[in-house]
Amino acid sequence: MITIIKKMIGGVSVPDKKELSESSPIEFAGLPGELILFLSQHIGAPSVPLVKPKDTVKRGQVIAEPCGFVSVPLHAPTSGVIKAIEPRYHPGQARMCEAIILEPDGKHEPAEELSPAASDLDGISPDEIRELARQAGIVGLGGAAFPTSVKLAPPEDKPIDTYLLNGSECEPYLTADHRLMLEQADKVMFGFKGLMKAAGVRRGIVCIEDNKPDAIEAMKQALSAYDGLELAVLSTRYPRGGEKQLIQAVLGREVPPPPGLPYDVGVLVSNVGTAYALADAVLTGVPLVERVVTVTGEGVAKPSNFRTLIGTPVSYLIEKAGGFKGTPGKVILGGPMMGCSLRSLDVPVFKGASGILVLTKEQAVEEPILPCVKCGKCVDVCPMGLQPLWISAYAERELMEEAETFRAMDCIECGCCAYICPAKRPLVQWIKMAKADISSRRSAQKKS
Amino acid sequence: MKDKLLVTPPPHVKSPKAVQGIMLDVVIALLPAAIAGAVLFGFRSLLIILASVASAVASEAIYQKAVKKQVTVNDFSAVITGLLMALTLPPDVPVWMPVIGSAFAIVIAKQVFGGLGYNFVNPALAARAFLLAAWPLHMTRDWLNPMTYEALSTATPLVGFNVTGQSGLTLTQMLLGQRPGSIGETCILALLLGGVYLIARDVIDYRIPVGYLGTLAVGTWIFGKPGALFQGDPLSGILLGGAFIGAFFMATDYVTSPVTPRGRLFMGIGAGLITLMIRLWGGYPEGVTYAILFMNLVTPLIDRYVVPRYYGSGHDAVARKAAGGETR
Repeated sequence: MITIIKKMIGGVSVPDKKELSESSPIEFAGLPGELILFLSQHIGAPSVPLVKPKDTVKRGQVIAEPCGFVSVPLHAPTSGVIKAIEPRYHPGQARMCEAIILEPDGKHEPAEELSPAASDLDGISPDEIRELARQAGIVGLGGAAFPTSVKLAPPEDKPIDTYLLNGSECEPYLTADHRLMLEQADKVMFGFKGLMKAAGVRRGIVCIEDNKPDAIEAMKQALSAYDGLELAVLSTRYPRGGEKQLIQAVLGREVPPPPGLPYDVGVLVSNVGTAYALADAVLTGVPLVERVVTVTGEGVAKPSNFRTLIGTPVSYLIEKAGGFKGTPGKVILGGPMMGCSLRSLDVPVFKGASGILVLTKEQAVEEPILPCVKCGKCVDVCPMGLQPLWISAYAERELMEEAETFRAMDCIECGCCAYICPAKRPLVQWIKMAKADISSRRSAQKKS
Repeated sequence: MKDKLLVTPPPHVKSPKAVQGIMLDVVIALLPAAIAGAVLFGFRSLLIILASVASAVASEAIYQKAVKKQVTVNDFSAVITGLLMALTLPPDVPVWMPVIGSAFAIVIAKQVFGGLGYNFVNPALAARAFLLAAWPLHMTRDWLNPMTYEALSTATPLVGFNVTGQSGLTLTQMLLGQRPGSIGETCILALLLGGVYLIARDVIDYRIPVGYLGTLAVGTWIFGKPGALFQGDPLSGILLGGAFIGAFFMATDYVTSPVTPRGRLFMGIGAGLITLMIRLWGGYPEGVTYAILFMNLVTPLIDRYVVPRYYGSGHDAVARKAAGGETR
């Protein structure tokens, strides 16, 4: 069954620039000089190292173990020697984080214990899939990096009726999910069925934006091999693939305000990359040690999609993509709407990083910030029904309680408001500040 | 190379629309009405327009220089204020009036409150109200007949319409602006051209002009004929006075109108109702200025109570009901 969905509340239409890299097949990026593996790859407690400097490790070997329930182990992406365990700058968290530094030996030798868990889904139980997801270090690859094994075990009183596979990839420029669906449709679908089985969900819907007709075709083919799977083709509009937006558009349900989660309305959502990683773990036994990363933008010579080892430095990937074209103005880890701009290229790819975007000097202009003219365009585009102008105005004046009453915590930080703002005000940044302040105040209250 | 990379918070791509471009769009949209005014009421009106714009821009620059703020005349907002000020004046006023009016609009109504974005009433309308209070005779008598440029010996058609319910003009005359009135208010076609341009360019929300003119038309139809109900002439009601220029260009001012779509509809309807009441039962023949100024003052209240429906609010409603029907 195919549903076509055009409706969306809020959102913006951004030039998607997918043409730069969408026709580049996924290639293996190779082995860089060193891999920087953060112990904090995911939401939740950082992993605890099991190795020490000068240890030799093999591909797929566990090098750090989970700490607590919301945590996963970390594996060596290739064979080599541990050089150090030291703090490195984590661009996603904007602070120094402990990282294991691995020097590849060039042999790319797998650990002996890597073997397929099952050849099909009949040979593996839901509990085994969940345990495998945890052992394989699988986290959501859409960006949030929430441990998949935790997602697959919702509370008993929250029955799940629908699983959405998110292949919308609504961030402009990025094509990693697009290529994965096009080239590995069968494996992605296998992984999706695995996720559904683990969560005990019957109804599965594959969601793709209509700017990827070839991926839709490939997934349609792959989907016909299974019963009970549906396809939803959505009009291209940012942030179409936001979890809450997808649930609203496809199922007509709304996730309760924070701390509400999709399972409160009987839904789970996973990214296509996550499904692929699970399929890989089941069929080959290789844990999550690599992911597809799009290296693109007007500022790189050869926009590409790379199968990249976790921990590969950004500088290495840009070299692999033919280096810079012209003078780079800005290098972004992630997409243009939610990614973070980098000061240094010595930072690595982590599990939640889906792309590297290089903008040229001409594109990377810092526009002056003008006073708010109250045009209300941010209100029109907010997919959460918020009023970004008031939240940010209060946050700017450090009136965080007022910002809270304007529902600052509901903000998904998609960036539509700051994109559309004619006064070029950094609305999301201020709202993030308000959110951080409100969260820390709440946790302080809890403690006292 | 490292230190040359720009580091800014996301998003890293921005819409090409900027404040300056939007303001320029409004200037462009006002040009047809300004040209029509110059044609209908002669060289004098052109002089008034130029003096008004020059005064607005100069006042902004001088004030900002004087208080050592950044000079922002290149954002075109002062040009708009000057243009609007001139277009709402009778064509035969002395040339010093737009000069004083625009200076008042920029300095008193806009800059002392903090400049663009901080004023709480529309500067051009505030200045118009000031001129009306200070020089009422000039503001209510300096009319000219269109094309002949002769001074008017009788009242404007709107005054007669308010009393008798009849305009005495053909539809063509009203659309082309062939009647005495303020410089830029009479030529409906020119105003409509500019208004449609602004709506098509997504600069203004159609809800304000439609709500305003719709309410005024319906109200005029119901109450417009003295001594009878539902026999008024709705078309003359919206075409004769300053309702068109007000609805498309004044009430839609971002800074002084609500930020939500529903709020903007209320703004339009409210301005229409007040215009109607002033015209029918008030002491002034025209109510557009005060209607919009009043709605400017009500805007913060509208913004407070007319808010968008937030995502997931249905769950909160259910939870409130379960908790015993409390609303807060």
